[in-house]
Amino acid sequence: MARETDPVTRAPAAADRRLPSAADARRRGEGRRRTQGSVSDRRERRTALAFISPWLVGFSVFTAWPILYSAYLSLTDYDVINDPRFVGLENYQRMAEDPQVRLALWNTLQYTLVQVPLYVVVALALALLLNAAATAGAGRWFGIFRTAFFIPKMTPPVAVGVLLLLLFNGSYGLVNQVLATVGIDGPSWTTDPSWIKPGLALVSLWGVGSAVVILLAALQEVPAELYDAAKVDGAGWWRRTRTVTLPMISGGIFFVTVINTIAAFQLFDEAYSAFFGAGTSAYANDDALFYVIYLFREGFGELHMGYAAALAWLLFVVIMIVTAVQLAVSRRLVYYEGEQR
Amino acid sequence: MRSASPRWVRVPVLVALTAFTIVFTYPLVWLVSASFKPRSEVFDNRLWPKSPTVENYLTVWETAPLALWLVNTLVVTALAATAVTLSSALVAWGFAHFRFRGRGPLFGVVLATMMLPGAVTLVPTFLIWNSLGLVGTSIPLWAGNLFASAFYVFLLRQFFRTLPREPFEAARMDGANQWSVFWRIALPLCRPALVITFLFEAQAAWTDLLRPLVYLQDSSTFTIPRGLKAIVDQFGTGGESQWEVVVTASVITTVPMVLLFFAGQRYFVQGIATTGSTR
Repeated sequence: MARETDPVTRAPAAADRRLPSAADARRRGEGRRRTQGSVSDRRERRTALAFISPWLVGFSVFTAWPILYSAYLSLTDYDVINDPRFVGLENYQRMAEDPQVRLALWNTLQYTLVQVPLYVVVALALALLLNAAATAGAGRWFGIFRTAFFIPKMTPPVAVGVLLLLLFNGSYGLVNQVLATVGIDGPSWTTDPSWIKPGLALVSLWGVGSAVVILLAALQEVPAELYDAAKVDGAGWWRRTRTVTLPMISGGIFFVTVINTIAAFQLFDEAYSAFFGAGTSAYANDDALFYVIYLFREGFGELHMGYAAALAWLLFVVIMIVTAVQLAVSRRLVYYEGEQR
Repeated sequence: MRSASPRWVRVPVLVALTAFTIVFTYPLVWLVSASFKPRSEVFDNRLWPKSPTVENYLTVWETAPLALWLVNTLVVTALAATAVTLSSALVAWGFAHFRFRGRGPLFGVVLATMMLPGAVTLVPTFLIWNSLGLVGTSIPLWAGNLFASAFYVFLLRQFFRTLPREPFEAARMDGANQWSVFWRIALPLCRPALVITFLFEAQAAWTDLLRPLVYLQDSSTFTIPRGLKAIVDQFGTGGESQWEVVVTASVITTVPMVLLFFAGQRYFVQGIATTGSTR
């Protein structure tokens, strides 16, 4: 287990190390000054451990133990009522042959590939627009826009699922009515197998607000001198954006991408509310069968706890590989201030 | 402000932002408007209802135990947010204020758990609560929060680290113990960060669907999103197509979150900006 969590452990720690802030330096200096006898050191350590004890307990009970326990469970047949029966790698064999697993993985991958780039690009566009409004002296409107972009984020996902079903309804939904006014014959977003994932991805854009706020904060930290220097060199808007803005906020873009990829792989609430439950059509079910929905149904619908645990492990490994790849790519693309290149 | 862009940039930027503002706010406006329409008009997509009615609200109120669900959700939300704020503040202070061997690696573990997909621990965590006989109650929805949450520990630690050390050392000199230094000095100084944590978790607890689906069985224990899902199944996709009922219940589920946002807008924005820029 230790080896598997390793890349994840290393990831944020490394990201942390790359950003030595002024506060860090100050504290390090103080730390040296404050070095005292080992008795007070030990006492300080004991006090510190007392403060972090809630997390130590929580980590052991709700993180470490579940991970180990689910590794064991994945090797058993367990229906909650009868005792777990050890079956070796049977669950994993079944997983390899289960067409539903392949379907769920493929659906989830398709959704992630559509949703993540779309989400990041839209967040970036909105953040750039907001930043431009702020610098062009439209500060009065700034708060209104930011509120408008953020408020949808507060909507409970079940309600977002309802809005997806109603606004994106193929025959009388508002989205297709608007498309019709510009001569586009909108698809059946909620029933056509090939449009379910794009529909969900579009609806997810509604929650882009927090990413916008993160990127906007990064944009406002870019030193004005860099833009002035670029302007002196005759760089236009596009060139300044490409050579100054984007590299300077690449850390923020990377953060948003990683967090959102992990979330996209775990899509559940919106898709489950809209496409699973009484009266939802069977063919829509298949095309909205995302990985966590399948895991949920196997575990809590069929009470195949062992199989669900094995499914969770596969998801864990897939997400970790994807995150590790993103990190490896980011080493070449992301610029962190204060880093020696 | 940054070096000013030319004035002519203002008009296209404002036009684009206004267009996006309409796109982002319209669904909520549509939802509220539809909740005041009779069934035959829900899909007419008019901004203002042709024949406005509060009938839907009366129907929803009679057919579903909404008041009970709202109270359930309020209790879970308050407990979840309070528990996570206090426990995470304790832990964050432990990591921010004290220097001890193993602090770096330990904090690395905190950060690592932040990246752990929640779906991975779903089944075993359920089995823990099941073995305690608590499945079916709302306790599993908040009690885990007593043990701090990595994300908030990270967030609060960022704030604690910006505090100067002097007041704390002076208080220690005056004979205050570590607990009162934390409780009387550090916490009040970090009020905004505590509010941010509380608001974030309140939003997460209020809107969650997956865990209520897993843990709650009897409709009298439902939180409002879980109840809304039941309403969607019964009145919407379930064949009767009484979407006006579903729409109205959606409004009732959403409004408290919109109010929460307006109450703490400044904190939401500041909190999110902090999570992104300090990484």
